[in-house]
Amino acid sequence: MNTVTPVRFDNVNVGDALPALDLPPLSRLTLALYCGASGDHNPIHVDLDFAKEAGMPDVFAHGMLSMAWLGRALTDWVPQSALRDFNVRFAAITHVGESIRCTGTVTEKFEHDGERLVRVSLATTNEAGVQKLLGEAVLSLP
Amino acid sequence: MIDRKYIGHTMAPFKVAVEAGRLRFFAKATGQTDPVYSQDEAARAAGHPGLPVPPTFLFCLEMESPDPAAIRNLLGLDYKRLLHGEQGFTYHRMAHAGDVLSFEQRIEDIYDKKGGALEFVVRKTRVSNQRGEHVADLRGVTVMRQPEKESA
Repeated sequence: MNTVTPVRFDNVNVGDALPALDLPPLSRLTLALYCGASGDHNPIHVDLDFAKEAGMPDVFAHGMLSMAWLGRALTDWVPQSALRDFNVRFAAITHVGESIRCTGTVTEKFEHDGERLVRVSLATTNEAGVQKLLGEAVLSLP
Repeated sequence: MIDRKYIGHTMAPFKVAVEAGRLRFFAKATGQTDPVYSQDEAARAAGHPGLPVPPTFLFCLEMESPDPAAIRNLLGLDYKRLLHGEQGFTYHRMAHAGDVLSFEQRIEDIYDKKGGALEFVVRKTRVSNQRGEHVADLRGVTVMRQPEKESA
């Protein structure tokens, strides 16, 4: 949900944490739904036979599913129209059954082209603290 | 090895209509609970002309290309050896259900690491709307594993 009080540039400090987004344990149903909804029909994420043929022990999450969760964490914090840049690196595979937490931390406040911007570092981690996606976003704040 | 002559190659542009039903399906698949992304009334109350395209869904729309395998086939990439390495978005304006978006893809770079065991393809995609306005730029890095070179 969008916060009732808008996040304002003057009230944000470097080091502030965004509200974390906790996902339920990753199910095969979620992978099937994401396959259909995203249009990414790569069988390695939903077809166990194909995954094994490709040398994987099991199906695993689309990297972009995790990026969509990070997007949710961002738009839970500020309206989407605030988003200027959003980049991730897929560092490790997210497996079925893992409970993923999305986190963000403000790393920089700056002005550019008349806009007041904050840079946020982003990560998804499993319950053991293993990082899966690492990234950052730039947001324009009033 | 992927032929470096394709650096700078542009693909045939294509258009994709943004459908509200797909956006609702995407909201369900990603566990989105904010009604702005699934209910027209909530979207309009938040100032949107229709359901907004969420931040990463532009990547999904890009896959609605008439030939999603076009770049793979052009470069001779093997599906089973591909990994998505990085993805980035630069946003210029929002897109909404009912928009018709144009996608222009360009192969920005091709390079390798670890003696050719990993090859990287960087794709940049410019997205504009039916009014010719610049919506976003996408940057995707695809990694191709060449296992026979891993000991090299």
